[in-house]
Amino acid sequence: MDSTTTARAQSVQQQTRQNPQEPALRSEKSSGSRDEARIETPRISIAVDDTRKVRALNVKAAVDNLSFYYGQHRALKNLTIPIADRQVTALIGPSGCGKSTFLRCFNRMHDLQPDTRYEGSITLHPDNLNLVGPGVDPIEVRMRIGMVFQKPNPFPKSVFENVAYGLRLRGVRNRATLAEEVEKALRGAALWDEVKDRLQDSALALSGGQMQRLCIARALATTPEILLFDEPTSALDPIATAKIEELISTLRDQVTVLIVTHNMQQAARVSDYTAFMYLGELIEFDEAAKIFTNPSKKATEDYITGRYG
Amino acid sequence: MSTTDFTPALSRSALRYRKLRDRTIELLLLAAALVAVFTTLAIVAILLIESSAFFEHVSIVDFLTDTMWTPLFADAHYGILPLVAGTLTTTMVALIVAVPLGTLIAIYLSEFAPHRIRETVKPILELLGAVPTVVYGYFALTMVTPALQWLMPDLPGFNMLSAGLVIGLMIVPYVSSLSEDAMRAVPRYMREGSYAMGATRLQTALRVVVPGAFSGLAAAFILGISRAVGETMVVAIAAGMQPNLTFDPREPAATITAYIVQVSLGDLPHGSIGYQSIFAAGLVLMFLTLIFNVVGFSLTRRFREAY
Repeated sequence: MDSTTTARAQSVQQQTRQNPQEPALRSEKSSGSRDEARIETPRISIAVDDTRKVRALNVKAAVDNLSFYYGQHRALKNLTIPIADRQVTALIGPSGCGKSTFLRCFNRMHDLQPDTRYEGSITLHPDNLNLVGPGVDPIEVRMRIGMVFQKPNPFPKSVFENVAYGLRLRGVRNRATLAEEVEKALRGAALWDEVKDRLQDSALALSGGQMQRLCIARALATTPEILLFDEPTSALDPIATAKIEELISTLRDQVTVLIVTHNMQQAARVSDYTAFMYLGELIEFDEAAKIFTNPSKKATEDYITGRYG
Repeated sequence: MSTTDFTPALSRSALRYRKLRDRTIELLLLAAALVAVFTTLAIVAILLIESSAFFEHVSIVDFLTDTMWTPLFADAHYGILPLVAGTLTTTMVALIVAVPLGTLIAIYLSEFAPHRIRETVKPILELLGAVPTVVYGYFALTMVTPALQWLMPDLPGFNMLSAGLVIGLMIVPYVSSLSEDAMRAVPRYMREGSYAMGATRLQTALRVVVPGAFSGLAAAFILGISRAVGETMVVAIAAGMQPNLTFDPREPAATITAYIVQVSLGDLPHGSIGYQSIFAAGLVLMFLTLIFNVVGFSLTRRFREAY
């Protein structure tokens, strides 16, 4: 596990991460062999419209022709993106391009507002559940897909109760189970050592970075299948940001991550795949290394080099 | 400094004028704030001075321990306890109605009601708070009491239960309106955090919004208590005017306020001890309210959640 993490960290720094593309290899459970595959398999470029190659990816969720409407306003236009299983997919683009709107389709947060409408589908694998299907209960969707918000939003409860929140909602009452799961989640969010002596203190007494990791722990406690991050570090200082980024890199082992970020360096550092969006449309989707070194669209290049107005 | 070549944007006299104008406005604002402070101080002073005259005739120990309040009788007793008991009993009945009902209404309006329903119900609720209390008094006497007597045939025509229930209904708008404001002030991202965990609306309301709004809810309850303690017309009309040391809401009794209004209406001659007694009663009422406020605010501070 340690060597895996180190290898990851190095590959993150070098920006030359290779991704395993062979379905046969991807299905293997051992992380060791996954890492070997990562080094040996040559990089394959995935074009958005090349459905054959998209299928070749081990897809956790397939976004197909997704459009989203606020009333009459069409905020997302026919997005088709594969979300790779246990990889980090970053969504980048200028403000108002629909990144967050897209992210919030995955856990049906838009259902909380009246007069919103989805078209197309987001198929969650392996059970082929259409997350935005009309007959699908948003609460069931949210039970399976976690989210971390831009502003750290711990509940006005103790550290322990924050992490136990999702478990309690799912009917877990047993104290020992709760304590065990809370510790596991806090460890998973690299927060345990800092809060293990203050589990009963108010979560609102933590620092901003700790609060955000607490929110990650809260989401991890219920073992989500996909974890959504909506600009998780935009309210944090550089040190707290670095910790969160490191955490996201390690989370890759357990959960599929989808992250919206304004920070291009961050997207380059943490993501395996990157989607560039503009005005509600997908401009380019590819491996992060390709997007940030050799984008195929002029608009993408303009944006990542800062030439976008 | 005098040799600087920098030209000020305003001439010296213009600057002086601006300063003077600011100072004047500041003083006016201070004077406005002081009106409230002086009023409070003046009330306290009057209560203290007038009741000191009362306490020259009646010892404080008797006042606080005697169980009879009979200023009109030949054998006059001045024990405040029956009036305090009446006040606490009607207040308790009122709170048992107002706190749950007000909180439930607030939860519904803030977390469940569609926009249109909220915009319709809120003004109607607030209208309920604008009904004169004398109307509530006769509502208690002529509608609530007969209805209660239908359920409890032994109930006397004047009773604290009926008065307390109506006071409760009367303060529901205050409690619900303030509670709703407190809940709506819980930021949206907090609710979203809960929904994103898979919580239902009810779970979010009870487990996140209510704890998050706790200090505001406590303030709403404190205001409700103050209103109930100070309520006069309803108890004067519907609870009877006989001081009665009991905590049984089915019995008739007088509250502190009811006694004060009774005396002020002219049953006792000016300058008599009985007349002076209303100031002592008023002082007790003020202390009661003060205690509730202090306890409430210290509770609020203890459970305050900053977000």
